[in-house]
Amino acid sequence: MFNRDRWKEILEVLTSNWFRTVLTAFGVFWGILILIILLAAGKGLENGIKADFGDIATNTMFMWTRSTTKAYKGLPKGRDFNFKLEDVQSIRDNVPNLRFISPRNQLGGFRGGGNVVRGIKTGAYNIYGDYPEIINQDPMTITSGRFLNHNDINEKRKIAIIGNGVKNDLYDLDETVLGTYIKIQGVNFMVVGTYKKNSNDGDGEEGQKQIFVPFTTFSQAFNRGNDVGWMAITANDGSSITSLKEDIVNSMKVKHKVHPDDDRAVGYFDLYEQYNRVESLFGAMGFIAYFVGILVLLSGIIGVSNIMLIVVKERTKEIGIRRALGEDPWSIKKQILMESIFLTIISGMAGITFGALFIYGVNAILDANGPVDMFLNPSVSLGVVVAALAILIISGLLAGFIPAQSAIKVRPIDALRTE
Amino acid sequence: MIEIKDLHKSYKMGSNSLHVLKGINFSVDKGELVAIMGSSGSGKSTLLNILGMLDVADTGDYTLDGVPIKDMNETKAAQYRNKFLGFVFQSFNLINYKSAMENVALPLYYQRMPRKERQEKALKYLDQVGLKEWATHLPSELSGGQKQRVAIARAMAAEPKVLLADEPTGALDSTTSYEVMDLIQKINDEGNTILVVTHEEDIAHMCKRIVHLKDGVIVEDKKVKQVRASAYV
Repeated sequence: MFNRDRWKEILEVLTSNWFRTVLTAFGVFWGILILIILLAAGKGLENGIKADFGDIATNTMFMWTRSTTKAYKGLPKGRDFNFKLEDVQSIRDNVPNLRFISPRNQLGGFRGGGNVVRGIKTGAYNIYGDYPEIINQDPMTITSGRFLNHNDINEKRKIAIIGNGVKNDLYDLDETVLGTYIKIQGVNFMVVGTYKKNSNDGDGEEGQKQIFVPFTTFSQAFNRGNDVGWMAITANDGSSITSLKEDIVNSMKVKHKVHPDDDRAVGYFDLYEQYNRVESLFGAMGFIAYFVGILVLLSGIIGVSNIMLIVVKERTKEIGIRRALGEDPWSIKKQILMESIFLTIISGMAGITFGALFIYGVNAILDANGPVDMFLNPSVSLGVVVAALAILIISGLLAGFIPAQSAIKVRPIDALRTE
Repeated sequence: MIEIKDLHKSYKMGSNSLHVLKGINFSVDKGELVAIMGSSGSGKSTLLNILGMLDVADTGDYTLDGVPIKDMNETKAAQYRNKFLGFVFQSFNLINYKSAMENVALPLYYQRMPRKERQEKALKYLDQVGLKEWATHLPSELSGGQKQRVAIARAMAAEPKVLLADEPTGALDSTTSYEVMDLIQKINDEGNTILVVTHEEDIAHMCKRIVHLKDGVIVEDKKVKQVRASAYV
């Protein structure tokens, strides 16, 4: 492989007709360039759409109660019911493979008025009563202070973590935030932390204007008793929430005496299913990119194969001489194969490099002109580059195979006779 | 050194078959310098090709230095050619993008000899044929006689048991022909076995033995008094 003479010969052969070599190389260059650009464009679209999902844990469902629509066990239809705090433990006991179950209560939202007051400033925000685990399901960056912890839950501390949007509304620019008090529906909470969410879509503004307080404090302060407004449930990485959600909903139906066929009593939103739908779309797009890219590459490969056949034809006599001098056929075959692989890899590398520069350029333009809807950071991963290299080596082998075979098919005596 | 018994060879030309060698019996001892003569179509080149393992006989036995040559696959034949045989062709058959030294070193390369050793040896043989200063030149920069001398150096580089020359002077004028024959005689003087195919009487008489082929059979096989080529140079 790393034989100086062999490489010297490969270079001599390939450089003996520069123009032809470059033309041939261009076919492969073009094929791999198209492949890389298609994959990068697909990735850019994927990144753009996935950014809309934000950092949220995607293997998650949200579940809430509605009115029953069927009479069951002596209870009438149209009955309202609430999840209770005990339900969390009950789900945990009945359904395995769940990572987080966060009960939540909520104030405000689209119906909320000016519910938060600080001094002479007021604002309307979403107030959540939460457990500390929620930060794993709805990720946010704590910019100062801290997030909720279990002591807050146990001791029902009246503390709040506020979003940057809230801070901007209620505080002056250089004011200290931590340790100050805000009044939520008449109850004072001490601010112990601020957060920022990393979302850049339309909900981004909304996401920064939330306030998190301990679940237990929330329940007591706002008279929720044992009720749970809704739950965010995340499954373990190995299992999908989509396959578990039926068990979860059914366990709730049993617990709250809801008719088993009453599909409308428990409402839920399966984020994972939505996400998967998008995922499979990108899977299909990736497939198309590979398919088209490889087909274009294939025509380049056929070009290489063709030229190698011509090269072999031109060198028939030389090959005859070399065999007369005692070069074994396998060595000749190897020579032709290496020429072909070398040509494919060099031109392919040029294609990959050029593709990378192109993507770099597109990124630079995107960065300069601000974000574009549904298109973000087009890129190809190292894995794709490795895959492309593997494709190149294999195609180089394929391209060289027929010419190499034809090189040793001619008997040396016949090869020597050709002029 | 070479033993041939009842060798037959025919070529298929469309529907006819052309019987080229019709039972050749022939042997060559070590150190001989044999000229194989005959008009074109007499089968002399075919015989040389079979001796050189570039072609295979239909029937008959061929033993080279005690090794029976038959049922060879290409890899094996290549190995034997490399180890046992040196070829000199009428049209030199140098590889035109390699320098004289690289050409001479080729058979050694196929023996997987290390690069440095190979180059030293190639230079040694180029020196023997008087072309050491031309080592880095491409074949296109050499005259016909020089090319043939490079080819001879290449044939000798692997130290073969037998040197096979197919019309080595066929493409050269008489002065250079004699120079080349002088070289061949010198190599023979060192004890190497050489077979020369030729149709030129004067070249044949510079060998020690002449074998006449006609229509695929040996019609005459005689020892001759060798004419030294150096007398003409």
